[in-house]
Amino acid sequence: MKRTEEYLKRKAKKLRKEIIAMSFKGRGAHITSCLSVVDLLAVLFYQALKINPKKPNHPRRDKFILSKGHAACALYAVLAHKGFFPKEYLETYGCEGTLLGAHPEHGKLPGIELSTGSLGHGLPVGTGMALAEKLNGHNSKTFVLLSDGECDAGSVWEAALFAGQNKLDNLVAIVDYNKFQAFGKIKNIINLEPFFDKWKSFGWGTKEVDGHNLKELLKVIHSIPLMKNKPTAIIAHTISGKGVSFLENKLEWHYSNLSEKQYKKAIKELDTL
Amino acid sequence: MRYSFIQELTELAAKNRDLILLTGDLGFTVFEDFAKKYPRQFFNVGVAESNMIGIATGLALSGKTVFAYSIASFASFRPYEFIRNDVCLHKASVVVVGSGAGLSYGEAGPTHFATQDISLMRSLPNMTILCPADPPEARWATREAAKLKSPVYLRLGKKGEPNLHHLSPKLKIGKGHFIKNGPDFVIIGTGNIVFNAYETAKILEKSGVSGSVISMHTVKPIDKKLVVELATTHDHIITIEENTVLGGLGSAVAEIISQMPNKKAKLLIIGLPDTFPHKLGSHNYLREVYGLTPNKLSGRIKKFLSET
Repeated sequence: MKRTEEYLKRKAKKLRKEIIAMSFKGRGAHITSCLSVVDLLAVLFYQALKINPKKPNHPRRDKFILSKGHAACALYAVLAHKGFFPKEYLETYGCEGTLLGAHPEHGKLPGIELSTGSLGHGLPVGTGMALAEKLNGHNSKTFVLLSDGECDAGSVWEAALFAGQNKLDNLVAIVDYNKFQAFGKIKNIINLEPFFDKWKSFGWGTKEVDGHNLKELLKVIHSIPLMKNKPTAIIAHTISGKGVSFLENKLEWHYSNLSEKQYKKAIKELDTL
Repeated sequence: MRYSFIQELTELAAKNRDLILLTGDLGFTVFEDFAKKYPRQFFNVGVAESNMIGIATGLALSGKTVFAYSIASFASFRPYEFIRNDVCLHKASVVVVGSGAGLSYGEAGPTHFATQDISLMRSLPNMTILCPADPPEARWATREAAKLKSPVYLRLGKKGEPNLHHLSPKLKIGKGHFIKNGPDFVIIGTGNIVFNAYETAKILEKSGVSGSVISMHTVKPIDKKLVVELATTHDHIITIEENTVLGGLGSAVAEIISQMPNKKAKLLIIGLPDTFPHKLGSHNYLREVYGLTPNKLSGRIKKFLSET
C-alpha cells in the first residue's frame, strides 16, 4: 500500500507539472479545476480502471467519462502518460488546428469516451453505458467524474434516479467537490448540502473522502460497489488548484492564465513536493 | 402509425437482441406487449427526456441500437441539446421517435404540438429525418431507421391515419415517392399531412387540373436530384407540411430551388404560421383553422396556379 501511494504521488506530481505547462503555453485551461482532480485521476488510471492503451476500444473495458469537460487538460495529461497517444501531442494544446480543445472530444484521440463541455451530460450517458454492460453480462464498470457546480443540473439527478431504480452497481459517480463554481462559492450560489444525504436518498451507496488522500482514495476505489445492488457515489472533498499554493482556493484562477514568472514559480513549488 | 411502429419494432426486437426501446413514460396501451415479450430490451426512464437521450447515447456507444420514444414535442424540444451534443456529435445509433406529429394532439394544447420539430432537427449535422405518411410507411421507416446505425428523428402521426400505400411500399431513404402522377403541378408533402395532399389533388383533378403528389418521407437528406428535376420541368411546386413554414420541408425545397440558375417553377410553401394557436379543438378543426384540409388546400393551390 505504502509503495503504491508513493508511486501514485510521483505520477500525480508529473501530471500536475504537465497541466501547468499546458495551461501556461496553451492558455485558457481552467487550471484550478484540473489540479483539483489530479489525485483522483491518478488513482483511477493507475490503479482502478481496467483499460489497455493498446486496445482503447476493447468491448469489456472499464469506461471513464470526464463529465466536467473543462478539466480536459488533466485528462489529456493522464491519457498521454498512460500511452493512449504520444506525449508530444500535449504540446499542441492551445495551437491552431489542435485536436486537444479546452473540452475533450470523443473520436479525436483514443481514450476519450465522450465529448463533454456542456455540463450535465456525463452521468446520463454513463448510466446508459453501465446499463449496456449489465445487459451484455460484462463485469466492467463505468466511472463518471462530475464537478460540484454541475450538480445544479436536473439531468444529473434524473440519471441518479434511474441508476438507483435499475440497481446499476457497476456505475460510479465521483464528484469533485472543490466548493467553487463559476461565480464563487457553491454554498453562496446553489448550496448542495446536505450533499451526502442527497445521493444516499437517491439510492446510491455513498461515501465522502478526502480527494487528495491517496490512501483513502485507494481504499474506497477497491470497495466498489459500496453497497450491493446500488450505484456508488464518491463525494471527493478537494481543493481547487491543489498543489500550487498561490492557485489554491482562488476563484480568479478559474479564468486567468499564468505569467512566465508564475509558471516558473508553480513548477518550482511542485518540484519540491 | 404508432401501432405500425410498435408492431415492426417488436418483430425487429425478436431478431436483434441489441435493439432497445426507451420511453419517457408514454405509450400506455401501446408498449405493453413489447415490454412483456422483451423485458431486457424495454426501459421506462420516467418523465425525464434529457436523461432518456443521454442513456440512449450511452447504450448506443456500447453497441446497442436504441429507439427513444415520447410525444414528439417532448422528444424533440426538451432534450434538444442532448440530441445535438450526445446523439449527433457522436453519430450514435439512436432513433428519437416523436409521436403525435404537428397538431395531432389538438385538444391537448400548444405544449403538446410538435410544430417546430422538423425545423430544429434539420439543422443538426448527422441527423436523418423520417416523416412517414401512413402506417405502411411508418413500418418501413422503423425498419430502415434500425438499419442506419446513425442518428434518426422518426416523426410519427398518432393513430388512425388512412393507408396511402399497399402494405409494403418500395421506398428508399432520401428518395421522394410518387403517390400520384399528373402533369400540371407537383405537391411535395411530408408526414401525416400527405393524405390531405393526396385528397387535395383528387379534388383539383375533378376541376380539370391534374397534378403529382410526392411523399417526401425523408426530409433530411432531402431528395435534391428530384427537386431540381421538378423545378426544371414544372411551373408550379407546392410543399405541404404540418410544421412551421420556418425551416421545414418548404425551406429545404426553397434552399435548393433558390440556388438554381435556370428554374421554371414557382414555389408555394404551405405549413403552419409563426404563431401559437389561440383556439383549440380536434386535429381536423385545427387543420381547418390553418387551411390544411383538402377543401382549403385545393382553394389555395387553385389560386396559386391561376395567379402565377
